[in-house]
Amino acid sequence: MGVTALAMLASLAVLAVVGPVLWGPAADRPDPSAVLQGPTGGHPLGTDHLGRDLLARLLASTWSSLLPAVTATLLGAAAGVTLGALTAVVGGRTRRLLGAFINLLLAFPALLVAMFFAVLFGAGARGAVFALAVACAPGFARLTQTLAAGVAGTDFMAAARVLGLRRHRLLRRHVLPHVAEPLLLNTTVAVGSALVALSGLSFLGLGAQPPSYDWGLLLSQGLDRVYTEPLPAVAPGIAIVYAGVAFQLLGEVLAKAATRQHPPARQTGEPAASPAPTGRRPAGADLLLEVADLRVALPAGDRTIRPVRGVSLALRRGEMVGLVGESGSGKSLTALALADLLPDGARATWSAHRFLGADVGSLTRRERHRQLATGMAMIFQNPASAFNPALRIETQLTEAVRAHHGIPREQAVEQARVQLQRVALPGERRLLRSRPFQLSGGQRQRVAIAAASMMRPDLVIADEPTTALDVTVQRQIMDLLRRVRRDDATAILFISHDIALVADACDRVLVMYGGTIVESLPARALADGARHPYTRMLVASVRGLTADRESSPPGLGGAPPDPGGTAPGCPFLDRCPQRLDRCAAEIPVLSALDPHHEVACWRPLPPTASSGRPETEECDT
Amino acid sequence: MSGVRGPGGLPEQSRGARGVRGARGAGLALHDVTVRHHGPYGPVTAVDGVSLEIARGRTVGLVGESGSGKSTLARAIVGLDRPCAGRIAIDGREYPVRRAADRRRWGRRVQLVFQDPDTALDPRMTVRQSLAEAAGAFARLDRRAREQRVGELLELVGLDAGCAGRLPGQLSGGQRQRVAVARALAVDPAVLVADEVTSALDVSVRAALLGMLRELQRRMGFAMLFISHDLAAVRQVSDAVAVMYLGRIVETASNEALPGGARHPYTRTLLSAVPSLHTGRRPGGEALPLSGEAPDPASPPAGCRFHPRCPVGPSRRPGREVCAVQDPWDETARVACHFPYPAGDGPEHA
Ligand code: SF4
Ligand code: SF4
Repeated sequence: MGVTALAMLASLAVLAVVGPVLWGPAADRPDPSAVLQGPTGGHPLGTDHLGRDLLARLLASTWSSLLPAVTATLLGAAAGVTLGALTAVVGGRTRRLLGAFINLLLAFPALLVAMFFAVLFGAGARGAVFALAVACAPGFARLTQTLAAGVAGTDFMAAARVLGLRRHRLLRRHVLPHVAEPLLLNTTVAVGSALVALSGLSFLGLGAQPPSYDWGLLLSQGLDRVYTEPLPAVAPGIAIVYAGVAFQLLGEVLAKAATRQHPPARQTGEPAASPAPTGRRPAGADLLLEVADLRVALPAGDRTIRPVRGVSLALRRGEMVGLVGESGSGKSLTALALADLLPDGARATWSAHRFLGADVGSLTRRERHRQLATGMAMIFQNPASAFNPALRIETQLTEAVRAHHGIPREQAVEQARVQLQRVALPGERRLLRSRPFQLSGGQRQRVAIAAASMMRPDLVIADEPTTALDVTVQRQIMDLLRRVRRDDATAILFISHDIALVADACDRVLVMYGGTIVESLPARALADGARHPYTRMLVASVRGLTADRESSPPGLGGAPPDPGGTAPGCPFLDRCPQRLDRCAAEIPVLSALDPHHEVACWRPLPPTASSGRPETEECDT
Repeated sequence: MSGVRGPGGLPEQSRGARGVRGARGAGLALHDVTVRHHGPYGPVTAVDGVSLEIARGRTVGLVGESGSGKSTLARAIVGLDRPCAGRIAIDGREYPVRRAADRRRWGRRVQLVFQDPDTALDPRMTVRQSLAEAAGAFARLDRRAREQRVGELLELVGLDAGCAGRLPGQLSGGQRQRVAVARALAVDPAVLVADEVTSALDVSVRAALLGMLRELQRRMGFAMLFISHDLAAVRQVSDAVAVMYLGRIVETASNEALPGGARHPYTRTLLSAVPSLHTGRRPGGEALPLSGEAPDPASPPAGCRFHPRCPVGPSRRPGREVCAVQDPWDETARVACHFPYPAGDGPEHA
């Protein structure tokens, strides 16, 4: 696309420069013997009413067609950006006035404004340029205003203001660099539209006046006889569209290039094969979900990262399992892979994947879709993103049951009301009619839980459902999840970075690090019985409320492993105080210490309680 | 001055042990600060008559739910929001209200570190540029001096000099937050306001950042207001804790007195909601479920603002109707409650 855009623009530029020189004389030479001719060998596009060659006129007017379009856009952009940027600098009242003014201008269609001003300024090329500049200025003003307001609200702008930086510096260093890029793109695209609009004005007789001429005028002259000779009208039309497309393409290429500005990434080869942990879990009849050796690969810039590297897990009906890990451990991608919600470009592979008794790999797309829609529900950290902001709660709650279970509307609404009652939201009637933004964060999360349980799913995956909420609300949400699980025998996979929260709520805890599960143990054993060095570190970092202020928890040196890395050893190697030579060479596999406890470590810590939990408990009173 | 108004519970010796720089009265003093916003349905009093003192070298932790006004208070202290009543003073000098130049100079005394390290730094400026800009905000520095200052700042927050050329996007969350702290400290402020600085960080980096803040405070002697909803983090860095509910401070207590010595029912509720690794043993005492939603700050309840949700208030305990009528809050009380828990850990309410 980039090459095409450049080639098209280059051809236009060359034509614009050499056109008037090469074809200018021919374009102005009247030939009374050949008026209004059709296409012939000598005149490929025919001639006009004075016998002038139309092809020459078309080529020669490239410059006079493009220049006004560019000028008008630049003038409009300058005026609009000034107006828009002004709103970021001035005080509150002036800002509101300016905003209202911009709104007013935007209320009129740009072409109408252009025509009005073209008439006002008097027909002619110059008048048309000014008219068009006036017409496109409000769009630029609005864009700049919005962009500048976005930057003005950021923390780094607040920080700069706290630092006492002056206004012009704020604008120059922090505002303009952030708005320049989209503005540039917009300008490029606007040139294309201006060209079309300008041709339109000429076509209407408001633009270029004979004897000067541009594409629009040629088009209008050609149109007079379009039924007898289509080519004299079609050719200028093609020229206009060609140039318009060229500028649009350039805009898109620029936009693409702008979004591709990633920080430089290292190039890594394909991952070396590592021993795949085999699924050793007892295959019980009540297994709801079972996945073995789940891997996710994701393109990032010019390399491939592997954030999930062989996760095996199994969930029974009605079980609440916690998946703990820090950011980048792969816990969320694991969840997304289980729900078929991976981002574009990501690829999941597994050696076994069964859900609700069916082999996921062998299902058709439709079957899988249905299975997920009826059997699994997800609750996200940000409940706002899970709802369509424009739809009423009622619609969003009843949509799925009506579609998949064929339940009539009234019944579905009744069901929704019952679910809302269950999540302890009073005033269900009013609530059903409200839209997501009218609810508080805690309310939204409860509605999300109600929505999730509408289908009575077998499995709910909750990805950090309380992270954005206050502790007291968090408490309510956790109670609610426990209730859902108890009442419906729903299994819950609870994903969180908060190990204390997980220990409090779940039966079993899986600890993730560097894309692998490093330990799996009963939640009640977490406080004293963790054996993996990383789990111990997590446990120790939970300060508890009674911790002594003077004793700092042991921090972790080093950095988490690079998700693109290909080193063969233990992911925790760099930060592990326990490491052996073997750890660097061989990845430890998850192996059972006892029937309920598995750990992936070559040298698990001894099961003594004290070293794992320094000073977290010394009960007051 | 002690960490918080109402010195009860702050032992003398612990105050003397820390190197407090500056004279008596140095540090941050808030008196009856009130901040109003323009809400969609009229003015909302986000901060209502807050008084607080933090001496140099001391830290007060401010806890409360979202909507309690703690972030608004932070913005008011650094001059991003203008209080409509009350006084804010640093080292005895009051916040200048009118002139823009004075307001700019205010930034030399107080700085703010934001919650989200992803957005707190300009994504297009390198670490060096950000720090140099801050260092040059109030002092004219030539190129050499600036470069040297950037190096010092990076060392101060424990970052490698090699980080200077990086963009924020190339740093980890913890590193970014360190840069943000360095930027705030570049002007050597008397007061540092830390607004939820650890809540976006992983646990393994959280502890290190908290430790660093305390160490920096010991070295530089600034007063710190540490705002967080994470009570464990607050307890780890603070000398005293203030609890905010619907725009007001409802309880202040020395850190040593918590969690057992919490006297306000709301404080108890907050403490009991903190999950514990040791299931069933909540360090804050008995579990106190909060009922209902946080009320709209635009129309706070009459009487005690906490009474519709209070676990030991009028809706649960007969005979406590006074809570719904009479406001227990007053300027000088350490606990704004008609029926506070006793100072010890006696379960009077049980
Ligand atoms: S395998 Fe080795 S490096 Fe990995 S956690 Fe165990 S002891 Fe540490
Ligand atoms: S005054 Fe009454 S309602 Fe308010 S916190 Fe105290 S006991 Fe609860």
